[in-house]
Amino acid sequence: MDKKTNQKDPRFKIAEKEAWIGVGLVLINFIWWFGFAYGMGSKPADEYQYIFGLPAWFFYSCVAGFVIMCILVIFAVKFFFREVPFDEEMKGGAPKK
Amino acid sequence: MKWEVVTPLIVFLILIFIAGLWASRNMNKSNSFLQEYFLGGRELGGFILAMTMMATYGSASSFIGGPGAAYTQGLGWVLLAMSQVVTGYFVLMVLGKKFAIIARQYQAVTLIDFLKERYQSKWVVLLSAISIIVFLFSSMAAQWVGGARLIESLTGLSYTSALFVFVVSVMFYVIIGGFRAVAVTDAIQGAVMFIGTLILLIAVIIAGGGIPNIIQDLAAENPNLIRPYGFDGGLTPLYVSSFWVLVGVGVVGLPQVTVRAMSYKNSKAMHRAIIIGTIVVGFIMLGMHLIGVFARPILPGIEIGDKVMPMIALEVLPPWLAGIVLAAPMAAIMSTVDSLLLLVSSAVVKDVYINYIKPDASESVIKKMSFGVTTILGILVFLMALSPPDLIIWLNLFSFGGLEAAFIWPVVLGLYWAKGNKFGAIASMLVGTGSYIIIYTYFPDPFGMHTVVLPVSFSLIVFVAVSLLTGKKMLHSI
Repeated sequence: MDKKTNQKDPRFKIAEKEAWIGVGLVLINFIWWFGFAYGMGSKPADEYQYIFGLPAWFFYSCVAGFVIMCILVIFAVKFFFREVPFDEEMKGGAPKK
Repeated sequence: MKWEVVTPLIVFLILIFIAGLWASRNMNKSNSFLQEYFLGGRELGGFILAMTMMATYGSASSFIGGPGAAYTQGLGWVLLAMSQVVTGYFVLMVLGKKFAIIARQYQAVTLIDFLKERYQSKWVVLLSAISIIVFLFSSMAAQWVGGARLIESLTGLSYTSALFVFVVSVMFYVIIGGFRAVAVTDAIQGAVMFIGTLILLIAVIIAGGGIPNIIQDLAAENPNLIRPYGFDGGLTPLYVSSFWVLVGVGVVGLPQVTVRAMSYKNSKAMHRAIIIGTIVVGFIMLGMHLIGVFARPILPGIEIGDKVMPMIALEVLPPWLAGIVLAAPMAAIMSTVDSLLLLVSSAVVKDVYINYIKPDASESVIKKMSFGVTTILGILVFLMALSPPDLIIWLNLFSFGGLEAAFIWPVVLGLYWAKGNKFGAIASMLVGTGSYIIIYTYFPDPFGMHTVVLPVSFSLIVFVAVSLLTGKKMLHSI
C-alpha cells in the first residue's frame, strides 16, 4: 500500500486516460455550446430561423448539444472505458468481501 | 387546505419513509459500522449512484430559483443552466477509478479520510472538517427554510409546523438508515424529479398553444427573451461562460458530491452512472428552466421568481397531478439536505471525534455517537431554521463557491499530481476560501465573471507554487 506500488499500478494509467477523456468532453461540450449560442444567436431576433419552434441558436446549442453530448458520453464509455477491479491489490489489508 | 394537491405529497412522504425503513433493514451487518453508515458499504449500483449524485446536486435552486430566473431572463438563462450537463459526466470521469481505488486502499470513509492519508497532515484535516461543518451546516439551514416555505405555501400549514414535518421526515431515514437510506431515497426522489419535470414541461407546452406559439408570444413581448443575452442584454458571453466553473467543472470540489464518487461497487456501476447521470441531469436542467421561460406568456406578471414553479403547476395541471409535480421540488430539497446532514455528521464523528478525541472508540460507542450526533445536528438546524440568524445566512452565501475553491485542487491534484504536498493543500484551501469571501464581499463579479473564477484560479496557483517550493526544501533537508 505504499506510494511506490501506487505509481506502478497499471490501473492508474487507465484511470488517468479516462480523466483526460472527461476533460476533452468538457472542451467539446463548451465549444459546441458557446459556438452555436453566440455564433447564431447574436443576430437581431427578427432574423432568427426556427427549428421545432425554437430559435435555431437555442435548438443547436442547448437541445442538439445535449443530445450530442449524451451520444458522445455513451460512445466514450462503451469504447474507451475499461473495467478494472477495485479491490484486487488489497493484500495484507482488510479482508476481501 | 387543498386536499387534492396535498394527498400526493403525503403519499410521496410515506413512500420515502418506507424506502428509508427498507434500506435500514438491509444494512449489511458484515461491514464495519462506519463504512456502512456513512458510505453504504461501497455497494451502490449504477442507477442509484447516478440518481444520488444528480439529486444531491440538484437542489431548491434547480427547481424553484432556476425556473424563476428563467422566467425573468428568458432563453439566455436556460443557456446558462445548460452548463450543468457537465456535472453528469465530469465528476465521475475525473475523480474516476483512481479515486475509487485509492479510497479503498486508504479505507477512506469520508472525503477527509482521503485527504488525511494523502497529505498526512493534521491541519489539512482540521481545516477541511471546519469548512465542511461550518459551510454545509449553514447551507443545510438555508435549504430547510426553502423546504418549509414550499410546504407552507402548498398546504397552508404554519411555517413552524411545515418546518417540523419537513425536518422529521428527513431525519427519520437519515438517522436509522445512514448513507444507504439516503441513496435509496435519493433514487426515488430523483425519479420524482424526472417525472415531475416531464409532466410539467408537456403541460406547459400544451397550455401555451405549442412551442412556436409560445416563442412568438415571448418575442412579441420582448425580443431579448429569445436571444442569449438576457431580458435587458445584461448576460454577457463571459459571465454566462463563467458559470461553467461554478456549476460545471467546479462541482468536483463539492464534498457532498465527491464522497459519492467513492461509494460505488465496481467499474460497471460507474460506467452506467456516467451515462444515466448525463441524460437525467441534462433533461431536468433543460426541462425545468424551459418551463420557467414558457410559463411567462401563460402567467404573465409574477413578481417573485420563487413562486413561478408552484403557480404554473397549479395553473396548467389538474390539482392531483400538480401535487405529484410539486413533490419534485420537495424531493430536490430533501435529497440535498439528507446528504448534507449525513456528511456534516460524518465530519464530526469520523473526522474529528475518532481522529483526534477518541481514536480507540469501540464499535458500539461509535454507533451511539453517529446516531446521537446526527440527531443533535438535525435538531440544531431545525432551531436555526425557525428564525435563521444573520450569521447563517451570511455563511450560506459562501457554501457553494467557497467549498469548491477550498477542495477542488487538494482533491484533483492530490489524486493526479504526486508532487502536491500538505503545505500546498493548506495554502490552497486558505487562499481559495479566503479570497472567495473577500471578492464576494468587496469586489463581486470582477471583470464581468462570476466571483468563483478568480478564487479557483488563485487556489490552483498557490497549490502548485507552494508544493514546488516546499518540496525542494524538503528534499534538501533529507
